[in-house]
Amino acid sequence: MKIAVCIKQVVTREWQLRVNDAKTWIRDQDASFELNEPDAYALEEALRLKEQHTGEVVVVSAGPARAAQVIREALARGADRAIHVEADALAAADAVTVADAIASAIRDERFDLVLTGLQSDDQGFGQVGVVLAEKLGMPHATIIMEVQAAESPSSGSGPAALRVKRELEGGWFQWISLPLPALLTIQSGINQLRYATLKGIMAAKKKEIRKVTPSPSAEPTQRILNVHFPEKAKKTQMIVGSPAEAARDLIKRLREDARVL
Amino acid sequence: MVLVIAEQRGGKLNRATWETVAAAQQAGGPVAIAVLGAGADAAAAELAAADVAEVIVVEAPAVAEYTADGYVLALAALAAQEQPALVFLAHTYQTRDFAPALAARLGRALVTDVTAVKKTGDRLVYVRPVFQGKLNADVEATGPAPHLVTFQIGAFRADAAARGSSSAPSRTVAVPVDAGAIRQKAEAPFQEARQAVDLSQAERIVSVGRGIKAQEHLKIAEELARALGAEIAASRPICDAGWLPMDRQIGSSGQTVAPKLYVALGISGAIQHLVGMKGSRTIVAINKDPEAPIFELADFGIVGDLFEIVPAMIAELKK
Ligand SMILES: Cc1cc2nc3c(=O)[nH]c(=O)nc-3n(C[C@H](O)[C@H](O)[C@H](O)COP(=O)(O)OP(=O)(O)OC[C@H]3O[C@@H](n4cnc5c(N)ncnc54)[C@H](O)[C@@H]3O)c2cc1C
Ligand SMILES: Nc1ncnc2c1ncn2[C@@H]1O[C@H](COP(=O)(O)O)[C@@H](O)[C@H]1O
Repeated sequence: MKIAVCIKQVVTREWQLRVNDAKTWIRDQDASFELNEPDAYALEEALRLKEQHTGEVVVVSAGPARAAQVIREALARGADRAIHVEADALAAADAVTVADAIASAIRDERFDLVLTGLQSDDQGFGQVGVVLAEKLGMPHATIIMEVQAAESPSSGSGPAALRVKRELEGGWFQWISLPLPALLTIQSGINQLRYATLKGIMAAKKKEIRKVTPSPSAEPTQRILNVHFPEKAKKTQMIVGSPAEAARDLIKRLREDARVL
Repeated sequence: MVLVIAEQRGGKLNRATWETVAAAQQAGGPVAIAVLGAGADAAAAELAAADVAEVIVVEAPAVAEYTADGYVLALAALAAQEQPALVFLAHTYQTRDFAPALAARLGRALVTDVTAVKKTGDRLVYVRPVFQGKLNADVEATGPAPHLVTFQIGAFRADAAARGSSSAPSRTVAVPVDAGAIRQKAEAPFQEARQAVDLSQAERIVSVGRGIKAQEHLKIAEELARALGAEIAASRPICDAGWLPMDRQIGSSGQTVAPKLYVALGISGAIQHLVGMKGSRTIVAINKDPEAPIFELADFGIVGDLFEIVPAMIAELKK
């Protein structure tokens, strides 16, 4: 199976957000970055499918030059090669622009399967995967927690269809069958992640990273006017002091004010 | 016209549809609600109580059961017929599954997970969370109508949806959907093996998040739970890692709880977690990041290292 995995570089969860001067996005010059969480699970799932069915795993990332960090990490974990759609504007682009850029970069490769995460930690559109499926003319299924790919007995050329477990709300699930080629958006927790080994890191140095410059795409469909920190909805009583003082004060208030102990 | 796409299964309406109706009424202008799938008539009858211009029952046998392809085909045809200015949906898992494809098929903007709409004259500005709720963005949709907008669950109140003095008129619209063009085949929804613990009945819950860092640290949370007479629960990453079983997960994919006391240890407060616990009577948050969104919801907050504060709480409770 020839599998593409879309991976996005996002700021780490630990990084204290700072807003840029124009107040339209973050000031990320001094930020630290990591692989978007569900994308790591998507990569792992692709590597497992390749182990079962042979084939190739290609990671695709759209972003500025710094996205090379997560590309190298994915290659070290076992991806065979990478496509980097490189443009500064892709750091904070809308979902359609990103999907357009990825679609033009991978269309001719005729992947059997395209995996994305279900949502990015920064923009949180929950759109790029599904829009990409539409642009590539592939059927899709989202929030996937298990992938079954049976070898088709007749063709001998790998699976022709998938049966996938889609997460629904409140602990419910549903199996969906769909023909290949297809696109799945992967939910965190679908598998247990492997990490890069020293050998993997060394091997990654020799792997191909194809750089693509996106052709100017259609107009963006949405624009951020400004970003701001949320207001507190509830009056939170912040308790201060040393850990011992704060703990004493908290327990007292839970007993006497809230009466929940 | 604002067209609200209802979500229902077998005639049972998803409550979030009423929230979306409330959002549509606030956006201004006439509102119509479209209902599709098996059981649409029953759901439409219930929605006719809303103060809206009309309820549209979409007739398309191929979409009796939900599939992404089926909904995209049916709703693209409906949008072409009805020419709405806006299409509003609840940001459910089902909407996540088809709305981006629908917008792409129509070549229209889709703004997701919106929590508020600001209106100045004719201009609508949507507020949506970015960076896992640590920031809000004011967003404008561009390009031709209709713009599609999905609303975060709980952002609008279902009971804020105005009811009409009489039943809204209902209309049935047939849309052509070629069953052969639907590529997904769906099986019936199911629940994983029966849940061993029912946290919805717990009086007190100590919930751990990624701030706990390692599985072996869970025991200090468990010790606190014992001292408080509480059940232990967790955010998703803890269950994903297998440190606690799935049936202890709180949130949109897990359990919904409303205990007297909910203590969140090292949980940032992503919306998918908050929807599962925001009904708790008293919420305590302990987090080292003063900007963590969990503090927006907490009654009591301590900014600090849980590895210092939790032992101090245990010591205090043992006094
Ligand atoms: C479709 C979908 C469904 C989902 N369903 C669920 C669900 O059902 N339940 C759920 O929980 N999530 C769910 N999620 C995931 C959710 O979006 C968040 O990613 C998740 O809730 C984050 O968990 P967390 O707060 O434990 O981790 P993080 O967001 O990483 O937060 C960790 C927190 O710990 C704090 N911290 C770190 N060290 C310390 C310390 N020493 N002392 C004190 N504080 C510390 C940090 O400041 C941070 O705020 C879902 C997501 C999607 C897209
Ligand atoms: N710039 C990008 N480069 C590669 N993949 C991306 C990019 N943006 C989003 N994706 C993929 O699309 C998924 C959903 O992202 P989003 O629509 O932004 O929530 C992510 O989990 C990634 O797999």
